[in-house]
Amino acid sequence: MEILQIVGAALVVTVLILVIKPQRPELALQISLVFAILIFLFMLDKISGVIKVLEELSGRANLNKFYMATILKIIGVAYIAEFGAQVCRDAGEGAIASKVEFAAKIIIMVLAVPIIVAILDSLLKLLA
Amino acid sequence: MDTDLIFKIAILGIVVSVLHTVLKQAGKEEVANMVTLAGVVVVLFMVVQLINDLFSIVKTIFQL
Repeated sequence: MEILQIVGAALVVTVLILVIKPQRPELALQISLVFAILIFLFMLDKISGVIKVLEELSGRANLNKFYMATILKIIGVAYIAEFGAQVCRDAGEGAIASKVEFAAKIIIMVLAVPIIVAILDSLLKLLA
Repeated sequence: MDTDLIFKIAILGIVVSVLHTVLKQAGKEEVANMVTLAGVVVVLFMVVQLINDLFSIVKTIFQL
């Protein structure tokens, strides 16, 4: 099971970071950053599998391709923003982390606007 | 899970910190700082390369 590998590696890396943190805090942060990226690369094939299934299902239900793409974009933006904000917060820079999250919220809102407009249009068509 | 990069950085970090203290004892303060700076820059190159890989993969997966 992959989860055992991940948890094992996480504990080892945490101890490693504690060893290095007193002398070289900046290197400790970079080690945790590298480990976060390695976990994502490790889970990559599972993520792409889930996305393929979602796309195939939405294709079968002949949903509009645009909505699926927008949802994927929003998930991507949310993941990267959370990744960056968390690393900044670990380094103690809460202000920068909140600014990153603020920007991510705006970007996601911009991405969501077309869907909101589409919903309103279909709603008005129903009512009218 | 290729954790070799993590251990490379960890070893580099430990070596740099040991060198730093040794050089400081020997009285060469500025050389110690140079070594520390060099260590951080080398690690930064590795990490930036990995971040670049992550961003390109996320771009392809989420079609950003």
